[in-house]
Amino acid sequence: MEESAALAADPAMALKRAQQGKSYWRRVWERLREDKVTLAVISVLVMLLIMVVFAPWFTMHDPYAGSVLRRLKPVGTPGHWLGTDEVGRDLWSRMVYGGRLSLLAGVVPVFLALLIGGFLGILAGYAGGLLNSAVMRLTDVLYAFPSILLAIAITGILGAGLQNTILALTISFIPPIIRISESVTTQVRHLDFVEAARASGARRLTIMRYHILSNVLGPILVYATSLISICIILAAGLSFLGLGVTPPSAEWGLMLNNLRQSIWVSPLVAALPGVMIFITSMCFNLMSDGLRQAMDVRL
Amino acid sequence: MWAFTLRRLLYAVPVLLGVSMLVFALIHLAPGDVVDILVPPEVPKEIADSLRQRFHLDEQLYVQYVAWLGRLMVGDFGVSFFTGRPVAEELFGALGNTLVLALPAAVLGFLLGIALGALAAYNHGTWLDKLFSATAIIGVSLPHYWVGIVLVAIFAVVLNLLPAQGMGFEGLPTSWEHVQHLVLPVVTLSLIPMGVISRLVRANVLEILSQEFVGTLRAKGLFNRRVLYHTLKNAAPSALALMGLQFGYLLGGSILVETVFNWPGSGGLMNLAIFRRDVPVLSATIVVLAAIFVFINILVDVLQALLDPRMRR
Repeated sequence: MEESAALAADPAMALKRAQQGKSYWRRVWERLREDKVTLAVISVLVMLLIMVVFAPWFTMHDPYAGSVLRRLKPVGTPGHWLGTDEVGRDLWSRMVYGGRLSLLAGVVPVFLALLIGGFLGILAGYAGGLLNSAVMRLTDVLYAFPSILLAIAITGILGAGLQNTILALTISFIPPIIRISESVTTQVRHLDFVEAARASGARRLTIMRYHILSNVLGPILVYATSLISICIILAAGLSFLGLGVTPPSAEWGLMLNNLRQSIWVSPLVAALPGVMIFITSMCFNLMSDGLRQAMDVRL
Repeated sequence: MWAFTLRRLLYAVPVLLGVSMLVFALIHLAPGDVVDILVPPEVPKEIADSLRQRFHLDEQLYVQYVAWLGRLMVGDFGVSFFTGRPVAEELFGALGNTLVLALPAAVLGFLLGIALGALAAYNHGTWLDKLFSATAIIGVSLPHYWVGIVLVAIFAVVLNLLPAQGMGFEGLPTSWEHVQHLVLPVVTLSLIPMGVISRLVRANVLEILSQEFVGTLRAKGLFNRRVLYHTLKNAAPSALALMGLQFGYLLGGSILVETVFNWPGSGGLMNLAIFRRDVPVLSATIVVLAAIFVFINILVDVLQALLDPRMRR
C-alpha cells in the first residue's frame, strides 16, 4: 500500500519502477485487484469448480436414481428444490454433477489447442519461410469450416462420446490459436530487443523461450480464455444434438436435450440446465475481458 | 483490383482441395464402410464383397478420392441412401430454407450490433454504455439453442402466440402466418451476431474517436452527426470482415437452432444425415457449406479492399 502511494507521489520513482523487470506482471496484478467485476467472476468460477469437484457435499440425491413416481416435479418440490427430470432424477444433483463433464469438455479442448496451436504458431512465426507457409496453408484449410461445422463433422462421422467431443473441439480451436500466435510472434520477432539478443549471440532456442514466449504468452492466454466460453457452449451443443457425451451421463447439454420433450409439461424445468451453461460461459467471457484490460492486450 | 480478386479466387482452389481431402479422409477414417451401413450384418460376406466391387470400394483410396472429386466437380453429389433422391436436390432445397432464416437474422443482428456498439462508444462511461455493453456480452455468452428453447417455452407454450416448430411454408414467406414461423428462430439466430458486432464496433469507434483526425473534425466545427459518419466509415472495413464471418456461421453453423425449431434447412439436413448414416448427403453438405464459407470470405476480402485501398496487397 505504502509503496503504491509513493509511486503515485514520485514520478521519477515510478519511471524507475517501470523500467525494472517484473514490474509488468506486478502492474497487471495491481490492475486486476482493482477490477471488482473480474474478481467477482473469478470467485464465482472457483466456487463452481469446488461445487463440481466435491459434488456429493452439495447434493442430497443420487443423480442417476430415477423414479417413475417422481417424474417432472415442478421447481420447489420439497426434497427436490429444482424439481425432477423426465425419469424422476433430482435436477439439482444432475446440474451439479453435470458440471463435471461440461466443464471438462469446455476447458480441456482449449487447453490442448493452446498447447498444439501455440507451439505450431510460435514455430511458424519465428521460423518464417517455408515452414511458415506450410503451417499457415494447412491452417487455411481448417479455417474453411465454421468451427461448429468442423466439430459436428468430426463427431458426426467418428461417432458420439466424450473422447470424440474433445478431439473435435480441439481440432476446431487449433486454427484460430495458430493464427493469433503466429501473427503476434511475427510482430515480436522484428522488434529491436530480439534483434539485439540475436546480435549478442543468443541461441535460437533461448530467444524463443526467453523473449518470444514471454511476450506472446499473454495475448494467447487472454484469447484462449475467451475461447473457453465458446467451447463450453459448443460442447454442450454437441451433447444437445446427441453427438457429445452419451446417456445416462449427467451433462448440461444432454440434459437440455432430454428435457426438451417435456417443454409442454413443465417449461421451467426444461429450461433450467441452460442457465448453468449461460452463467459459466458469461463468467469466462467477463474474465477474459478483465484479463485483456489488465494485461493491456490488443488482438 | 481485378488482379486482387483473381488472386483471392485462385487461392481458394488449394483450400477447397484441402477441404475435400479432409472430408474424404474423415469418412474413411470412420469404422466400417458404406456397405456395412447399407447391408444388414447377417448378409453373407461374398455378397457384401461383390457390392464393394460394384461401388469400387475395393480400389485404392486415392483412386476413390479422385473419382469422388471428379463427380463433385461436375455437380454430381450422388443419391441419398435414405430417400433415394439426388443429394443435390435435397441439399439446395435445404440451403434455400437456411437462407430464409439467415438473411433476416443477419440484417437484424448486424443493424442492432452496429447501433448498440456505436451508441455505447459515443456515450463512453455512462450508464447507456454499461447497459449496451452488458447486452452485448450476454448476447455472446448465451447458448443460442437454449435461447430457442426458452423462447418456445414463453411464446409458444405459455403465451401461445407463435408456432413452436417447423417452417409451415415452402420457398419464400408470403403471408403473416408464414412470418410467424420465422420470428422465433430469426431472433434466436441474431443474438450472436448482435453481440459480436456490437463489441467490435464499440472498440473500433472508441479507438477512432481517440485519434487526432477526429479532434480536427471537431475543431473544424463539424456537427456530431458528421463526425459519426467519418468514424463509422473508418470502422467499416474491419466490421465488414466480421460480418462476413458471422454470416458464414449463420449459414454453416445453424444446425443447433435448426434442430431446436425443427427447421428443414441445411443444418437440419446434416443432423438427419448423421443419424441415418447417410454418407453421400453428409459429405456433400459439409463440402458445400465449407465452400460457401470460403466464397463469403473472398467476397468480404474484395469488399474490404474496395473500401480500404491499403488492403490490396
